Amino acid sequence: MIHPIPSGTRDVLPDELRELRAIEERIRAAFDDAGYGEIATPALEFETVLARGNVAATHPSHRFLDEHGTVLVLRSDMTLPIARVVATRYATTEPPLRFCYVAPVYRTVRPARGQARELRQAGVELIGSGAPDGTAEALSLLCATLDAVGLGRYRIGLGDASLYPSLLDGLGVPDDARDELLTHLVARDFVALERAVARLGIGGSDAALLATLPQLRGGVEVLERAAAGTGTSAVETAVGGIRRVLERVDDAVAARVILDLGLSAGLDYYTGAVFEVYDPALGSPLGAGGRYDELLGRFGRPLPAVGFALDLEFLHQALMREEQLRDSGEGAGAMEVEMPAARAPRTRRSGR
Amino acid sequence: MSANGLTIAVPRGALFAETLDRLDALGVSTAEVRTNDRKLIFRDAGLITMRPSDVPTYVEAGAADLGITGKDVLVEQSDRAVYELLDLGYGHCEMVLATRAGADPAAEALRRLGVVRVATKYPRTAMRHFEAAGHQAEIVEVKGSVELAPLTGLVEAIVDLTASGTTLRENGLVVRATIAASTARLIANPVAHKLRAAAVDEVVSRLRETTSAAGTQASRTR
Repeated sequence: MIHPIPSGTRDVLPDELRELRAIEERIRAAFDDAGYGEIATPALEFETVLARGNVAATHPSHRFLDEHGTVLVLRSDMTLPIARVVATRYATTEPPLRFCYVAPVYRTVRPARGQARELRQAGVELIGSGAPDGTAEALSLLCATLDAVGLGRYRIGLGDASLYPSLLDGLGVPDDARDELLTHLVARDFVALERAVARLGIGGSDAALLATLPQLRGGVEVLERAAAGTGTSAVETAVGGIRRVLERVDDAVAARVILDLGLSAGLDYYTGAVFEVYDPALGSPLGAGGRYDELLGRFGRPLPAVGFALDLEFLHQALMREEQLRDSGEGAGAMEVEMPAARAPRTRRSGR
Repeated sequence: MSANGLTIAVPRGALFAETLDRLDALGVSTAEVRTNDRKLIFRDAGLITMRPSDVPTYVEAGAADLGITGKDVLVEQSDRAVYELLDLGYGHCEMVLATRAGADPAAEALRRLGVVRVATKYPRTAMRHFEAAGHQAEIVEVKGSVELAPLTGLVEAIVDLTASGTTLRENGLVVRATIAASTARLIANPVAHKLRAAAVDEVVSRLRETTSAAGTQASRTR
């Protein structure tokens, strides 16, 4: 007899689960070493409570009515539940607070795309530590975690979610055009973005900035190119913020960073630094994170915060690919990765 | 020679010849691709060939770093997580609504039956068009010659791609509305766009030069 399960869900059998658990244990150890306490919350929450964090932005896809007719949702990430926990259970505790989790979250899936309706995430939330120190701590822990998992070729994309919106504000772009530009940016349709910018009828250098800035990515030269001659305070603020984070991380962490001024998060609660984790074995990011300095305030405990979440299945796939390459002797050369220098050599920074 | 070691998904069909010309200009060796129409993968040149509608699938998954396909395909598959980097300017065609010549059977169906039946290979594009117009439509997805559907009474209208309109005319169909114009686009995998940034940017800037040169030439000959 064949008894089906919902699309996007899976049974995990012993061979796979043994490997997944091994990865989870390495991650837990890395989180524990960094002083992050593991936390579990119910998979089901009240929709009205999670909606404080802007429920539309997180797309809860599974809603139920309980026996009183109250709407329950399956959490679509762990950040909102932890924001609720902080406001409720740690209302007067002195920050910073450090939490981690390894837990399933629930999403919508598009048919026939191998997407997970239930996916297992490992992540951290650092509450009450602002930019740049908190961001640097989260970024360093992200690298320590990926190192502990055993990945050798990963890179972290680092950008600032507030950069493009504040650039649009600074240039006085009207609301309807602003929405259109942000829509194209999130869809990464640079052809449409360039055309919409041309229709704005603004000056040459400002228009060029709006069209090219989101495509700037690479090493520290990206910051120099962005800051060179723009005189736009939004760009200077974001570039300064990214520089301050980079000054606070080890060389090994900085070497992993690809600066990306086009990085903008789909979730609207990100307010500052955003990161994505890439591995050449996978066509999509295997994790993401960033600063969400406004979110805790919506739950009544205004504190700056930063966090990240890694997709355990993606980590497992990347690790398997890396082991295959190592075993076949193809080595690192089999998959080229550019090595941009996210930080200028120390000698050049000493004149600062 | 490949393009900076990048793998590029190349569309067979209407965009094929011009795409290979542009790749030649990049210094990619396309001679073998031109002469061997059964082979699908050309490792030395970093090219893989496929039907245009499969290009976003390969690029999204990272099986190709870059790809070239029509805007019509990208609109139909708008949920694919790929970056659209450049309008290459060639392969111009239009997505149109067409019906049999004479009194518009689609308008009559909408007026008297409240719904129009529409055959198409682009169900999402067609549905979005009718939703935006506030009209009810029943979309019939077909895989082969769409022109057949209105001639046999299966539907009142079709939504299809046309370059010259010849096939429509030969089947006694007329264009009632143009839904969108399409040209070839360069797309990139999101992860390759970061991990191979310099290589990708070089390809983009050189294709941009070829595109604007081709555009200038075309406007001179007109």
